[in-house]
Amino acid sequence: MDNIVFLIFRRMRRPLMTLLVVYSIAILVLTLIPGQDANGNVHYMDFFHATYFVSFMATTIGFGEIPFEFTDAQRIWVIFSMYTGVISWLYAIGTILTLVQDKTFQHALSENKLAKKIRSMREPFYLVCGYGETGSALVRGLTDAGQHVVVIEIDENRRNMIRIDNLRDFVPSLHGDAQKTLHLQEAGLQHSLCKAVVAVTNVNEANLKIALTSKLLHPHIKVICRADSHDVENNMASFGTDHIIDPYDTFATSLATAFQVPCLYLLQSWLFSANDEIELDEPVYPPKQKHWVICGYGRFGKALYERLIKEGIEVVVIEADPSSTGEPVEGIVMGRGTEANTLSEANIEQACGLIAGTDNDANNLSMVVTAREMNPNLFIIVRQNHSDNSAIIEAVKADMVMHPSKIIADKIRVLLSTPLLYQFVSLAYYQDNNWACELVSRITALVGHQVPNLTEITIDKNEAQAVVDVLEHGETVKLADLQRDPWKRRDCLKCIVLMIECHNDLLLLPGSETKINVGDRLLVCAGERGFTRLRWNLLHDNILSYVRTGTVVKHGWLWEKLSRKSK
Amino acid sequence: MNPEKVVFGFFIVLALTLNFGFFVGELDNPDHHHVYELFAVVVVNLMATVLKFGDRSQMGAVLLATSLVAILQLIAAALVWTAAEHITGTGLTPTVTASIVSLSGGAMLANVISVILLIIETVMLRR
Repeated sequence: MDNIVFLIFRRMRRPLMTLLVVYSIAILVLTLIPGQDANGNVHYMDFFHATYFVSFMATTIGFGEIPFEFTDAQRIWVIFSMYTGVISWLYAIGTILTLVQDKTFQHALSENKLAKKIRSMREPFYLVCGYGETGSALVRGLTDAGQHVVVIEIDENRRNMIRIDNLRDFVPSLHGDAQKTLHLQEAGLQHSLCKAVVAVTNVNEANLKIALTSKLLHPHIKVICRADSHDVENNMASFGTDHIIDPYDTFATSLATAFQVPCLYLLQSWLFSANDEIELDEPVYPPKQKHWVICGYGRFGKALYERLIKEGIEVVVIEADPSSTGEPVEGIVMGRGTEANTLSEANIEQACGLIAGTDNDANNLSMVVTAREMNPNLFIIVRQNHSDNSAIIEAVKADMVMHPSKIIADKIRVLLSTPLLYQFVSLAYYQDNNWACELVSRITALVGHQVPNLTEITIDKNEAQAVVDVLEHGETVKLADLQRDPWKRRDCLKCIVLMIECHNDLLLLPGSETKINVGDRLLVCAGERGFTRLRWNLLHDNILSYVRTGTVVKHGWLWEKLSRKSK
Repeated sequence: MNPEKVVFGFFIVLALTLNFGFFVGELDNPDHHHVYELFAVVVVNLMATVLKFGDRSQMGAVLLATSLVAILQLIAAALVWTAAEHITGTGLTPTVTASIVSLSGGAMLANVISVILLIIETVMLRR
């Protein structure tokens, strides 16, 4: 608020000075000019009357000549001071009006309001820098999950999209450059409830600067960054950025997953997706008998090329501008890949897969259509660059779609809301395909084909009061106890514990005999009802004792007496 | 040389000197205290106050505060004068004059503080 007061005062100095000068001269001269009273005697106006007269004259209110009718000498002066007085009034009022309409002033005003709002945040929140495609997808995902977010965006128009986007939660947004420390601080970087900073601007350098600033000013905060080049990634890692996300590498890794453990790929894309509507598809099986064609040898093309080579697959690369992208050792086919002759030069008729990976959606689609005509059995991976193009990309029915913004947004959302899921997937990568397929069918049996609910539960006073009480009495609680139905303990709850984190040890799909300790973290997948009942088991000691032992403990003095008698 | 500082210093010192000019003389003798002098003191003090607007520094804040005090005292003196002349009609009796002049004396004290602060600031700058 201080800023605004100072701004107003500073701007008002000159008009106020003008007013003061004009008034004082007008008043002074009025007292000096001799007038006449009703009887024709000489009368000098005193300061009181002069001030009174000038006050109503300059504001053009006008009451007439007081205390006596003016002489002509007085009138000449009054004419002069009337004009100067009115003009200086208009000047002063005009300055105030311009000030109110001034962009800087309005900006200062809204920034102030926002900073106050952020300072008074009472719940944990995430600070997202950049509201582009990735940022908006991420913010939507987080707010839908009931989390609070603060956004910094450098582009005023994109920032205004937040209001139009109809998010579930109010998202305070700051218009400013997140590279500037001041803006990060205003957005709540040093707020004790700021849980993580996410840098997803489209400029690598900006992300780097944000990560560095955050780590220096708030060392315990979680910092997640987008990075498109390995150089920047190494730089970010050097000062302890918690997670660095490269969309191309991420997709290349999941493609490798699809090659090796198709069911895990299915499970992963299903669990990671934010949208409840997505139905579980059949697992995709990317072929590897014949060669693949990669169109575009940019960052995406390179990442996939390396992965495919590692899988032992032969690859042909098509690139229009090899001088700027570089080329693989085998050489390349020159061309854009949208024309039939380039594609046939890459022997598309004999290939088993096509990756349309340029940074132009129209070219990618054209490639897919042309290639399909030449070889209808191709396995097709399309890179989608803009989310506006979702409809047409969907229409070509590619086997896999790679949308960098969505990949990053999903990954960050998982890292922020259920970090255990992320660890779960990296552990599951070492299991075989049958294990993953079995898990998929178990989860489908639980929740049908919708995206399953996933939650992390920490065994502590907050989330599992009853369990902590029992454990503190030296008794043991087994996983099977928690998974019993509180209505009928012989039935099992519809929930799967995917993983337990216990003193930094990770236990994948723990058995029902696993003992629970205080401080454990559980990754649970369940239907809506399963969750509610699991919570009962965790929080209410009556219910917990019922599911554990089958007896209901009597509470209260009277009930205890009665139950003792009946024994 | 910063012209802004010149104007600033000029008005602050002028506020003090004029104030002193009005204040000197016998406390209750209306002949020693002229109404035009009081007018000049009020106007110059108002200008000095406006000049101090919008200064963010700690020194600026204190300077503004002293100016506001001076203005408050001087306006009170002017009001007493006006009331004596026009409302109660007693005119400038020794009692009224004494209270007007002592009010302006208070304002002068505030103006002295202003000037001292100004000097301190200047000395700190030079170091």
